[in-house]
Amino acid sequence: MILLPCPWCGARDAAEFGYYGELVARPDPRTATREQWRDYLYVRDNVAGWRAERWYHRMGCRRFLTVRRNTVTNEVRPVSDGGTE
Amino acid sequence: MSKPRSLRRYSGLALVRHGLTRAGWAPAWRSHALRPGYDVVIVGGGVHGLATAYYLARNHGVTNVAVLEKGYLGGGGSGRNTAILRSNYLTPEGVRFYDRSLTLYERLAAELNFNVMFSRRGHLTLAHNDSSLRTMRWRAEVNKSCDVDSDVIGPDDIARLVPHLDTSAKARYPVLGALYHPPGGVIRHDAVVWGYARAADAMGVHLHQDTVVTGIDVAGGRVTGVRTSRGRIATPIVVNATAGWSSLVSALAGVRLPVQTFPLQAAVTEPVRPFLDTVVVSGTLHVYVSQTDRGELVFGASVDPFASYSTRGSLEFIEGLAGHVLQLFPSLSTLRVLRQWAGLCDMTPDFAPIMGPTDVDGFLVDVGWGTYGFKAGPVAGEAMAQCVATGKTPELISAFGLRRFADGALVGEKGAAAVGH
Repeated sequence: MILLPCPWCGARDAAEFGYYGELVARPDPRTATREQWRDYLYVRDNVAGWRAERWYHRMGCRRFLTVRRNTVTNEVRPVSDGGTE
Repeated sequence: MSKPRSLRRYSGLALVRHGLTRAGWAPAWRSHALRPGYDVVIVGGGVHGLATAYYLARNHGVTNVAVLEKGYLGGGGSGRNTAILRSNYLTPEGVRFYDRSLTLYERLAAELNFNVMFSRRGHLTLAHNDSSLRTMRWRAEVNKSCDVDSDVIGPDDIARLVPHLDTSAKARYPVLGALYHPPGGVIRHDAVVWGYARAADAMGVHLHQDTVVTGIDVAGGRVTGVRTSRGRIATPIVVNATAGWSSLVSALAGVRLPVQTFPLQAAVTEPVRPFLDTVVVSGTLHVYVSQTDRGELVFGASVDPFASYSTRGSLEFIEGLAGHVLQLFPSLSTLRVLRQWAGLCDMTPDFAPIMGPTDVDGFLVDVGWGTYGFKAGPVAGEAMAQCVATGKTPELISAFGLRRFADGALVGEKGAAAVGH
Protein backbone atom coordinates (compact mmCIF):
# COMPACT_ATOMS: atom_id res chain seq x y z
CA MET A 1 0.00 0.00 0.00
CA ILE A 2 1.29 3.45 -0.93
CA LEU A 3 0.59 6.30 1.48
CA LEU A 4 0.23 9.90 0.30
CA PRO A 5 0.77 12.80 2.72
CA CYS A 6 -2.45 14.80 2.56
CA PRO A 7 -1.80 18.10 4.35
CA TRP A 8 -5.28 17.99 5.95
CA CYS A 9 -5.96 14.31 6.48
CA GLY A 10 -2.43 13.02 7.12
CA ALA A 11 -0.96 9.91 5.47
CA ARG A 12 -3.73 8.16 3.53
CA ASP A 13 -3.93 5.19 1.14
CA ALA A 14 -3.21 6.24 -2.46
CA ALA A 15 -6.45 4.51 -3.51
CA GLU A 16 -8.36 7.44 -1.96
CA PHE A 17 -6.72 9.86 -4.39
CA GLY A 18 -7.15 10.71 -8.02
CA TYR A 19 -3.92 10.88 -10.01
CA TYR A 20 -3.44 14.05 -12.09
CA GLY A 21 0.10 13.44 -13.32
CA GLU A 22 3.29 15.44 -13.51
CA LEU A 23 3.24 19.21 -13.11
CA VAL A 24 3.13 21.13 -16.41
CA ALA A 25 2.98 24.87 -16.91
CA ARG A 26 -0.03 26.13 -18.90
CA PRO A 27 0.93 28.47 -21.73
CA ASP A 28 -1.23 31.48 -22.57
CA PRO A 29 -3.82 30.07 -25.03
CA ARG A 30 -3.97 33.43 -26.89
CA THR A 31 -0.30 33.40 -27.83
CA ALA A 32 0.69 29.71 -27.72
CA THR A 33 1.67 27.99 -30.98
CA ARG A 34 0.12 24.66 -31.95
CA GLU A 35 3.27 22.84 -30.86
CA GLN A 36 3.32 24.60 -27.48
CA TRP A 37 -0.32 23.75 -26.93
CA ARG A 38 0.29 20.12 -27.93
CA ASP A 39 3.18 19.96 -25.48
CA TYR A 40 0.99 21.32 -22.72
CA LEU A 41 -1.84 18.89 -23.47
CA TYR A 42 0.08 15.72 -24.20
CA VAL A 43 3.87 15.74 -24.01
CA ARG A 44 5.37 14.68 -20.68
CA ASP A 45 8.91 14.15 -19.38
CA ASN A 46 7.81 10.76 -17.99
CA VAL A 47 10.82 10.75 -15.67
CA ALA A 48 12.08 7.49 -14.16
CA GLY A 49 12.97 8.84 -10.71
CA TRP A 50 11.88 11.75 -8.54
CA ARG A 51 9.31 14.18 -9.88
CA ALA A 52 6.62 16.57 -8.66
CA GLU A 53 3.04 15.62 -9.43
CA ARG A 54 -0.57 16.55 -8.65
CA TRP A 55 -3.04 14.37 -6.80
CA TYR A 56 -6.64 14.99 -5.72
CA HIS A 57 -8.00 13.64 -2.44
CA ARG A 58 -11.34 12.64 -3.95
CA MET A 59 -12.42 10.30 -1.14
CA GLY A 60 -11.28 12.64 1.62
CA CYS A 61 -11.05 16.40 1.90
CA ARG A 62 -11.32 16.91 -1.89
CA ARG A 63 -8.29 19.17 -2.04
CA PHE A 64 -5.52 19.08 -4.60
CA LEU A 65 -1.99 18.47 -3.38
CA THR A 66 1.50 18.33 -4.82
CA VAL A 67 3.87 15.54 -3.80
CA ARG A 68 7.28 14.37 -4.92
CA ARG A 69 7.27 10.71 -5.91
CA ASN A 70 10.01 8.41 -7.15
CA THR A 71 8.37 6.70 -10.12
CA VAL A 72 10.75 3.72 -9.90
CA THR A 73 10.33 2.90 -6.19
CA ASN A 74 6.99 4.71 -5.51
CA GLU A 75 8.54 6.45 -2.46
CA VAL A 76 6.62 9.66 -1.68
CA ARG A 77 7.63 12.94 -0.04
CA PRO A 78 5.42 15.98 0.66
CA VAL A 79 6.04 19.22 -1.25
CA SER A 80 3.30 21.76 -0.62
CA ASP A 81 -0.09 21.98 1.01
CA GLY A 82 -1.71 22.60 -2.36
CA GLY A 83 -3.24 25.92 -1.31
CA THR A 84 -6.91 26.34 -2.12
CA GLU A 85 -6.74 25.50 -5.84
CA MET B 1 30.99 -27.43 -44.94
CA SER B 2 27.63 -27.97 -43.27
CA LYS B 3 25.63 -25.13 -41.78
CA PRO B 4 26.30 -24.12 -38.15
CA ARG B 5 24.13 -26.27 -35.93
CA SER B 6 22.08 -23.33 -34.68
CA LEU B 7 20.91 -22.65 -38.27
CA ARG B 8 19.57 -26.13 -39.02
CA ARG B 9 15.85 -26.43 -39.60
CA TYR B 10 13.62 -27.82 -36.90
CA SER B 11 11.55 -30.84 -37.94
CA GLY B 12 9.71 -33.79 -36.45
CA LEU B 13 12.55 -36.04 -37.59
CA ALA B 14 15.19 -33.85 -35.91
CA LEU B 15 13.13 -33.84 -32.71
CA VAL B 16 13.01 -37.65 -32.68
CA ARG B 17 16.75 -37.86 -33.40
CA HIS B 18 17.62 -35.37 -30.67
CA GLY B 19 15.23 -37.09 -28.28
CA LEU B 20 16.80 -40.51 -28.86
CA THR B 21 20.45 -39.47 -28.93
CA ARG B 22 20.08 -36.61 -26.43
CA ALA B 23 22.77 -34.84 -28.38
CA GLY B 24 22.95 -32.10 -30.94
CA TRP B 25 20.80 -29.51 -29.18
CA ALA B 26 22.15 -26.17 -30.34
CA PRO B 27 21.36 -22.63 -29.18
CA ALA B 28 18.47 -21.14 -31.19
CA TRP B 29 20.53 -18.09 -32.19
CA ARG B 30 24.14 -16.89 -32.05
CA SER B 31 26.02 -14.23 -30.09
CA HIS B 32 28.35 -11.79 -31.84
CA ALA B 33 30.94 -9.14 -31.06
CA LEU B 34 29.68 -5.59 -31.64
CA ARG B 35 30.54 -4.33 -35.14
CA PRO B 36 31.83 -0.73 -35.32
CA GLY B 37 28.94 0.17 -37.61
CA TYR B 38 25.54 -1.09 -38.78
CA ASP B 39 23.12 0.11 -41.48
CA VAL B 40 20.26 -0.02 -38.98
CA VAL B 41 20.26 -0.23 -35.18
CA ILE B 42 17.04 -1.32 -33.48
CA VAL B 43 16.72 -0.56 -29.77
CA GLY B 44 14.59 -3.14 -27.97
CA GLY B 45 14.73 -6.93 -28.40
CA GLY B 46 11.05 -7.69 -27.99
CA VAL B 47 8.56 -8.83 -30.58
CA HIS B 48 8.45 -5.37 -32.24
CA GLY B 49 12.21 -4.93 -32.57
CA LEU B 50 12.84 -8.51 -33.66
CA ALA B 51 9.96 -8.48 -36.16
CA THR B 52 11.32 -5.23 -37.62
CA ALA B 53 14.75 -6.84 -37.98
CA TYR B 54 13.27 -9.99 -39.50
CA TYR B 55 11.15 -8.16 -42.11
CA LEU B 56 14.06 -5.81 -42.93
CA ALA B 57 16.14 -8.87 -43.81
CA ARG B 58 13.41 -10.95 -45.45
CA ASN B 59 11.39 -8.33 -47.37
CA HIS B 60 14.09 -5.77 -48.13
CA GLY B 61 17.41 -7.63 -48.01
CA VAL B 62 18.80 -5.30 -45.31
CA THR B 63 20.84 -7.62 -43.09
CA ASN B 64 23.56 -5.36 -41.62
CA VAL B 65 21.24 -4.79 -38.68
CA ALA B 66 21.79 -4.87 -34.91
CA VAL B 67 19.08 -5.41 -32.32
CA LEU B 68 20.17 -4.03 -28.92
CA GLU B 69 18.46 -5.43 -25.84
CA LYS B 70 19.34 -4.24 -22.34
CA GLY B 71 18.23 -7.50 -20.72
CA TYR B 72 17.29 -10.76 -22.43
CA LEU B 73 15.20 -11.12 -25.59
CA GLY B 74 11.47 -10.91 -24.87
CA GLY B 75 11.93 -10.01 -21.20
CA GLY B 76 9.79 -6.87 -21.34
CA GLY B 77 6.24 -6.47 -22.58
CA SER B 78 6.64 -9.38 -25.02
CA GLY B 79 6.93 -11.86 -22.15
CA ARG B 80 4.49 -10.16 -19.77
CA ASN B 81 1.32 -9.75 -21.82
CA THR B 82 -1.63 -12.14 -21.76
CA ALA B 83 -0.96 -13.27 -25.37
CA ILE B 84 -4.43 -12.46 -26.72
CA LEU B 85 -4.79 -11.76 -30.45
CA ARG B 86 -7.78 -10.06 -32.08
CA SER B 87 -8.65 -7.46 -34.71
CA ASN B 88 -12.16 -6.28 -33.72
CA TYR B 89 -11.20 -2.65 -33.16
CA LEU B 90 -13.36 0.45 -33.43
CA THR B 91 -11.79 2.65 -36.11
CA PRO B 92 -11.30 1.37 -39.69
CA GLU B 93 -7.57 2.29 -39.37
CA GLY B 94 -7.26 0.14 -36.26
CA VAL B 95 -9.24 -2.78 -37.71
CA ARG B 96 -7.24 -2.94 -40.97
CA PHE B 97 -3.97 -2.68 -39.06
CA TYR B 98 -4.64 -5.43 -36.50
CA ASP B 99 -6.23 -7.68 -39.10
CA ARG B 100 -3.02 -7.57 -41.13
CA SER B 101 -1.22 -8.62 -37.95
CA LEU B 102 -3.55 -11.57 -37.47
CA THR B 103 -2.95 -12.63 -41.08
CA LEU B 104 0.80 -12.58 -40.47
CA TYR B 105 0.41 -14.46 -37.16
CA GLU B 106 -1.68 -17.10 -38.91
CA ARG B 107 1.20 -18.26 -41.12
CA LEU B 108 4.01 -17.39 -38.72
CA ALA B 109 4.73 -20.91 -37.47
CA ALA B 110 5.34 -22.26 -40.98
CA GLU B 111 7.22 -19.16 -42.08
CA LEU B 112 9.59 -19.06 -39.08
CA ASN B 113 9.94 -22.86 -38.72
CA PHE B 114 8.96 -22.40 -35.08
CA ASN B 115 5.80 -23.61 -33.34
CA VAL B 116 4.12 -20.46 -32.01
CA MET B 117 1.01 -22.38 -30.86
CA PHE B 118 -1.56 -19.95 -32.27
CA SER B 119 -5.01 -21.08 -31.15
CA ARG B 120 -7.92 -19.28 -32.86
CA ARG B 121 -10.45 -20.14 -30.20
CA GLY B 122 -12.79 -17.16 -30.46
CA HIS B 123 -12.91 -13.93 -28.48
CA LEU B 124 -15.94 -12.61 -26.57
CA THR B 125 -16.25 -9.04 -25.30
CA LEU B 126 -19.20 -8.93 -22.89
CA ALA B 127 -21.66 -6.05 -22.69
CA HIS B 128 -23.23 -5.42 -19.27
CA ASN B 129 -25.16 -2.26 -20.11
CA ASP B 130 -26.93 -0.55 -22.99
CA SER B 131 -24.13 1.82 -23.85
CA SER B 132 -21.52 -0.91 -24.21
CA LEU B 133 -23.97 -2.98 -26.27
CA ARG B 134 -24.32 0.04 -28.56
CA THR B 135 -20.53 0.29 -28.89
CA MET B 136 -20.39 -3.46 -29.67
CA ARG B 137 -22.92 -3.02 -32.49
CA TRP B 138 -20.91 -0.09 -33.83
CA ARG B 139 -17.69 -2.11 -33.65
CA ALA B 140 -19.36 -5.13 -35.30
CA GLU B 141 -20.50 -3.00 -38.26
CA VAL B 142 -17.07 -1.36 -38.66
CA ASN B 143 -15.46 -4.82 -38.45
CA LYS B 144 -17.80 -6.32 -41.07
CA SER B 145 -17.16 -3.45 -43.45
CA CYS B 146 -13.45 -4.34 -43.18
CA ASP B 147 -14.16 -8.06 -43.80
CA VAL B 148 -13.41 -9.01 -40.20
CA ASP B 149 -15.55 -11.79 -38.73
CA SER B 150 -17.30 -10.12 -35.80
CA ASP B 151 -20.90 -9.95 -34.60
CA VAL B 152 -23.08 -9.19 -31.59
CA ILE B 153 -24.61 -12.30 -29.98
CA GLY B 154 -27.18 -12.67 -27.19
CA PRO B 155 -27.00 -14.31 -23.75
CA ASP B 156 -28.28 -17.71 -25.02
CA ASP B 157 -25.48 -17.99 -27.56
CA ILE B 158 -22.96 -16.81 -24.97
CA ALA B 159 -24.13 -19.47 -22.51
CA ARG B 160 -23.65 -22.13 -25.20
CA LEU B 161 -20.11 -20.94 -25.95
CA VAL B 162 -19.09 -20.40 -22.31
CA PRO B 163 -21.19 -22.71 -20.08
CA HIS B 164 -19.41 -21.68 -16.86
CA LEU B 165 -20.11 -17.98 -17.31
CA ASP B 166 -22.82 -16.53 -15.06
CA THR B 167 -25.34 -15.32 -17.66
CA SER B 168 -28.26 -15.24 -15.22
CA ALA B 169 -30.30 -12.07 -14.77
CA LYS B 170 -29.41 -12.18 -11.05
CA ALA B 171 -25.75 -11.32 -11.63
CA ARG B 172 -24.52 -8.00 -10.23
CA TYR B 173 -23.75 -6.93 -13.81
CA PRO B 174 -26.03 -9.08 -16.00
CA VAL B 175 -24.63 -10.07 -19.39
CA LEU B 176 -26.80 -8.43 -22.07
CA GLY B 177 -24.79 -9.55 -25.08
CA ALA B 178 -21.29 -9.87 -26.44
CA LEU B 179 -19.18 -8.95 -29.42
CA TYR B 180 -18.13 -12.36 -30.74
CA HIS B 181 -14.95 -12.46 -32.81
CA PRO B 182 -14.25 -16.07 -33.89
CA PRO B 183 -10.76 -15.42 -35.42
CA GLY B 184 -9.41 -14.05 -32.11
CA GLY B 185 -7.42 -16.29 -29.82
CA VAL B 186 -4.20 -16.81 -27.90
CA ILE B 187 -0.62 -17.61 -28.86
CA ARG B 188 2.59 -18.58 -27.05
CA HIS B 189 4.25 -15.17 -26.76
CA ASP B 190 7.77 -16.45 -25.91
CA ALA B 191 7.75 -18.67 -28.99
CA VAL B 192 6.90 -15.68 -31.19
CA VAL B 193 9.92 -13.80 -29.82
CA TRP B 194 12.24 -16.80 -30.15
CA GLY B 195 10.96 -17.61 -33.63
CA TYR B 196 11.58 -14.09 -34.93
CA ALA B 197 14.98 -13.99 -33.19
CA ARG B 198 16.07 -17.30 -34.68
CA ALA B 199 14.86 -16.41 -38.19
CA ALA B 200 16.49 -12.95 -38.08
CA ASP B 201 19.74 -14.44 -36.78
CA ALA B 202 19.75 -17.01 -39.60
CA MET B 203 19.60 -14.15 -42.15
CA GLY B 204 22.58 -12.36 -40.60
CA VAL B 205 21.00 -9.91 -38.15
CA HIS B 206 23.11 -9.42 -35.00
CA LEU B 207 21.19 -9.88 -31.75
CA HIS B 208 22.98 -8.23 -28.81
CA GLN B 209 21.58 -9.05 -25.39
CA ASP B 210 22.81 -7.37 -22.17
CA THR B 211 23.58 -4.28 -24.23
CA VAL B 212 22.29 -1.02 -22.74
CA VAL B 213 21.91 2.07 -24.93
CA THR B 214 23.47 4.99 -23.05
CA GLY B 215 23.32 7.68 -25.71
CA ILE B 216 22.25 8.50 -29.27
CA ASP B 217 24.56 10.77 -31.24
CA VAL B 218 22.85 13.42 -33.35
CA ALA B 219 24.78 15.89 -35.53
CA GLY B 220 23.11 18.51 -37.72
CA GLY B 221 19.69 17.03 -37.06
CA ARG B 222 20.79 13.56 -38.22
CA VAL B 223 21.52 10.38 -36.28
CA THR B 224 25.19 9.40 -36.51
CA GLY B 225 25.58 6.67 -33.93
CA VAL B 226 24.55 4.90 -30.76
CA ARG B 227 26.58 4.64 -27.55
CA THR B 228 26.11 1.44 -25.61
CA SER B 229 27.45 -0.25 -22.50
CA ARG B 230 29.64 -2.32 -24.87
CA GLY B 231 30.96 0.52 -27.03
CA ARG B 232 29.94 2.95 -29.76
CA ILE B 233 28.21 1.96 -33.00
CA ALA B 234 28.14 4.22 -36.06
CA THR B 235 24.76 4.12 -37.81
CA PRO B 236 22.55 6.42 -39.88
CA ILE B 237 19.28 4.86 -38.66
CA VAL B 238 18.02 4.09 -35.15
CA VAL B 239 14.59 2.54 -34.56
CA ASN B 240 13.22 2.92 -31.04
CA ALA B 241 11.16 -0.25 -30.49
CA THR B 242 11.14 -0.19 -26.69
CA ALA B 243 8.20 -0.29 -24.32
CA GLY B 244 8.26 1.18 -20.85
CA TRP B 245 11.41 3.11 -21.61
CA SER B 246 10.35 4.58 -24.96
CA SER B 247 10.22 8.17 -23.75
CA LEU B 248 13.64 7.85 -22.07
CA VAL B 249 15.29 6.31 -25.16
CA SER B 250 13.70 8.99 -27.38
CA ALA B 251 14.94 11.69 -25.02
CA LEU B 252 18.50 10.47 -25.74
CA ALA B 253 17.94 11.65 -29.34
CA GLY B 254 16.22 14.85 -28.17
CA VAL B 255 12.72 13.70 -29.15
CA ARG B 256 9.92 14.23 -26.61
CA LEU B 257 6.89 11.95 -26.71
CA PRO B 258 3.27 12.24 -25.55
CA VAL B 259 3.73 9.08 -23.49
CA GLN B 260 3.17 8.16 -19.85
CA THR B 261 4.32 4.83 -18.47
CA PHE B 262 1.82 2.78 -16.44
CA PRO B 263 2.25 -0.73 -15.00
CA LEU B 264 -0.26 -3.35 -16.13
CA GLN B 265 -0.66 -6.37 -13.89
CA ALA B 266 -1.72 -9.90 -14.72
CA ALA B 267 -2.01 -13.20 -12.85
CA VAL B 268 -2.33 -16.95 -13.41
CA THR B 269 -4.03 -19.61 -11.30
CA GLU B 270 -3.07 -23.20 -10.61
CA PRO B 271 -3.87 -25.51 -13.56
CA VAL B 272 -7.26 -27.20 -13.82
CA ARG B 273 -8.88 -29.39 -16.48
CA PRO B 274 -9.78 -27.59 -19.71
CA PHE B 275 -13.22 -25.96 -19.43
CA LEU B 276 -12.82 -22.60 -21.17
CA ASP B 277 -12.09 -22.66 -24.89
CA THR B 278 -12.71 -18.98 -25.67
CA VAL B 279 -11.22 -15.69 -24.50
CA VAL B 280 -13.70 -13.80 -22.31
CA VAL B 281 -13.35 -10.06 -21.80
CA SER B 282 -15.49 -7.70 -19.74
CA GLY B 283 -14.91 -3.98 -20.06
CA THR B 284 -17.30 -3.12 -17.24
CA LEU B 285 -15.52 -5.50 -14.85
CA HIS B 286 -12.06 -4.60 -16.21
CA VAL B 287 -10.97 -8.19 -16.66
CA TYR B 288 -10.05 -10.69 -19.35
CA VAL B 289 -9.83 -14.45 -18.88
CA SER B 290 -8.42 -17.31 -20.94
CA GLN B 291 -7.19 -20.83 -20.21
CA THR B 292 -3.73 -21.94 -21.31
CA ASP B 293 -2.88 -25.30 -22.84
CA ARG B 294 -1.46 -26.27 -19.43
CA GLY B 295 -4.82 -25.53 -17.82
CA GLU B 296 -3.86 -22.37 -15.93
CA LEU B 297 -6.31 -19.49 -16.09
CA VAL B 298 -4.70 -16.23 -17.20
CA PHE B 299 -6.26 -13.02 -15.89
CA GLY B 300 -5.51 -9.51 -17.00
CA ALA B 301 -7.03 -6.15 -16.14
CA SER B 302 -6.61 -2.46 -16.81
CA VAL B 303 -3.48 -0.46 -16.03
CA ASP B 304 -2.66 0.69 -12.49
CA PRO B 305 -4.31 3.97 -11.46
CA PHE B 306 -1.10 6.03 -11.56
CA ALA B 307 2.00 6.22 -13.74
CA SER B 308 5.06 4.30 -12.49
CA TYR B 309 8.11 2.34 -13.63
CA SER B 310 7.68 -0.14 -10.78
CA THR B 311 6.85 -3.73 -11.77
CA ARG B 312 5.86 -4.80 -8.27
CA GLY B 313 2.48 -6.48 -7.95
CA SER B 314 -0.05 -5.04 -5.52
CA LEU B 315 -2.61 -6.63 -3.20
CA GLU B 316 -5.24 -4.07 -4.28
CA PHE B 317 -4.90 -5.36 -7.81
CA ILE B 318 -5.25 -9.07 -7.09
CA GLU B 319 -8.09 -8.46 -4.65
CA GLY B 320 -10.06 -6.40 -7.15
CA LEU B 321 -9.28 -8.80 -9.97
CA ALA B 322 -10.41 -11.86 -8.00
CA GLY B 323 -13.69 -10.14 -7.12
CA HIS B 324 -14.36 -9.29 -10.75
CA VAL B 325 -13.44 -12.74 -12.06
CA LEU B 326 -15.86 -14.31 -9.56
CA GLN B 327 -18.65 -12.04 -10.84
CA LEU B 328 -18.16 -13.74 -14.21
CA PHE B 329 -17.22 -17.27 -13.09
CA PRO B 330 -18.56 -17.95 -9.56
CA SER B 331 -17.36 -21.57 -9.77
CA LEU B 332 -13.71 -20.44 -9.67
CA SER B 333 -13.96 -19.38 -6.03
CA THR B 334 -11.79 -22.26 -4.75
CA LEU B 335 -9.01 -21.74 -7.30
CA ARG B 336 -5.67 -20.45 -6.03
CA VAL B 337 -3.59 -17.78 -7.75
CA LEU B 338 -0.09 -19.05 -8.52
CA ARG B 339 1.61 -15.77 -9.35
CA GLN B 340 1.07 -12.20 -10.47
CA TRP B 341 3.37 -9.83 -12.33
CA ALA B 342 3.45 -6.43 -14.02
CA GLY B 343 4.66 -5.10 -17.36
CA LEU B 344 5.21 -1.49 -18.35
CA CYS B 345 2.80 0.13 -20.79
CA ASP B 346 3.51 3.36 -22.62
CA MET B 347 0.12 5.03 -22.81
CA THR B 348 -0.61 7.67 -25.44
CA PRO B 349 -3.45 10.24 -25.22
CA ASP B 350 -5.57 8.49 -27.88
CA PHE B 351 -4.74 4.84 -27.10
CA ALA B 352 -3.11 4.40 -30.50
CA PRO B 353 0.62 3.82 -31.13
CA ILE B 354 3.20 6.28 -32.46
CA MET B 355 5.00 4.97 -35.54
CA GLY B 356 7.31 6.40 -38.16
CA PRO B 357 9.86 9.20 -38.54
CA THR B 358 10.51 12.01 -36.06
CA ASP B 359 12.00 15.51 -36.35
CA VAL B 360 15.47 13.94 -36.02
CA ASP B 361 16.55 12.47 -39.38
CA GLY B 362 17.20 8.74 -39.09
CA PHE B 363 15.49 8.39 -35.70
CA LEU B 364 12.29 6.39 -36.08
CA VAL B 365 9.87 5.33 -33.38
CA ASP B 366 7.60 2.32 -32.96
CA VAL B 367 6.35 3.16 -29.49
CA GLY B 368 3.32 4.07 -27.40
CA TRP B 369 1.98 0.55 -27.65
CA GLY B 370 0.05 0.84 -24.41
CA THR B 371 -1.69 -2.39 -23.54
CA TYR B 372 -2.12 -3.65 -27.11
CA GLY B 373 1.43 -4.00 -28.46
CA PHE B 374 1.89 -7.74 -28.56
CA LYS B 375 -0.95 -8.47 -30.98
CA ALA B 376 0.49 -5.86 -33.36
CA GLY B 377 4.07 -7.20 -33.35
CA PRO B 378 4.19 -8.69 -36.87
CA VAL B 379 2.41 -5.85 -38.68
CA ALA B 380 4.39 -3.20 -36.78
CA GLY B 381 7.62 -4.98 -37.73
CA GLU B 382 6.56 -5.28 -41.36
CA ALA B 383 5.51 -1.63 -41.58
CA MET B 384 8.56 -0.27 -39.72
CA ALA B 385 10.86 -2.37 -41.93
CA GLN B 386 9.19 -0.87 -45.00
CA CYS B 387 9.47 2.61 -43.49
CA VAL B 388 13.20 2.13 -42.83
CA ALA B 389 14.03 0.47 -46.16
CA THR B 390 12.05 2.78 -48.46
CA GLY B 391 12.24 6.00 -46.46
CA LYS B 392 8.48 6.41 -46.95
CA THR B 393 5.74 5.89 -44.37
CA PRO B 394 3.44 3.03 -45.48
CA GLU B 395 -0.23 4.00 -45.89
CA LEU B 396 -1.22 1.43 -43.24
CA ILE B 397 0.54 3.37 -40.47
CA SER B 398 0.25 6.92 -41.84
CA ALA B 399 -2.48 7.72 -39.28
CA PHE B 400 -0.12 6.85 -36.39
CA GLY B 401 2.56 9.53 -36.94
CA LEU B 402 3.94 11.66 -34.11
CA ARG B 403 2.67 14.83 -35.84
CA ARG B 404 -0.98 13.91 -35.27
CA PHE B 405 -0.88 15.34 -31.75
CA ALA B 406 -0.01 18.84 -32.98
CA ASP B 407 -2.39 18.51 -35.95
CA GLY B 408 -5.29 17.41 -33.76
CA ALA B 409 -5.76 14.24 -35.85
CA LEU B 410 -5.99 11.74 -32.99
CA VAL B 411 -7.03 8.18 -33.79
CA GLY B 412 -9.35 7.57 -30.82
CA GLU B 413 -9.13 3.85 -30.10
CA LYS B 414 -9.97 4.18 -26.42
CA GLY B 415 -13.41 2.62 -26.91
CA ALA B 416 -11.93 -0.65 -28.19
CA ALA B 417 -8.43 -0.69 -26.72
CA ALA B 418 -8.66 0.73 -23.22
CA VAL B 419 -9.64 -2.44 -21.41
CA GLY B 420 -10.34 -5.51 -23.47
CA HIS B 421 -7.23 -7.03 -24.97
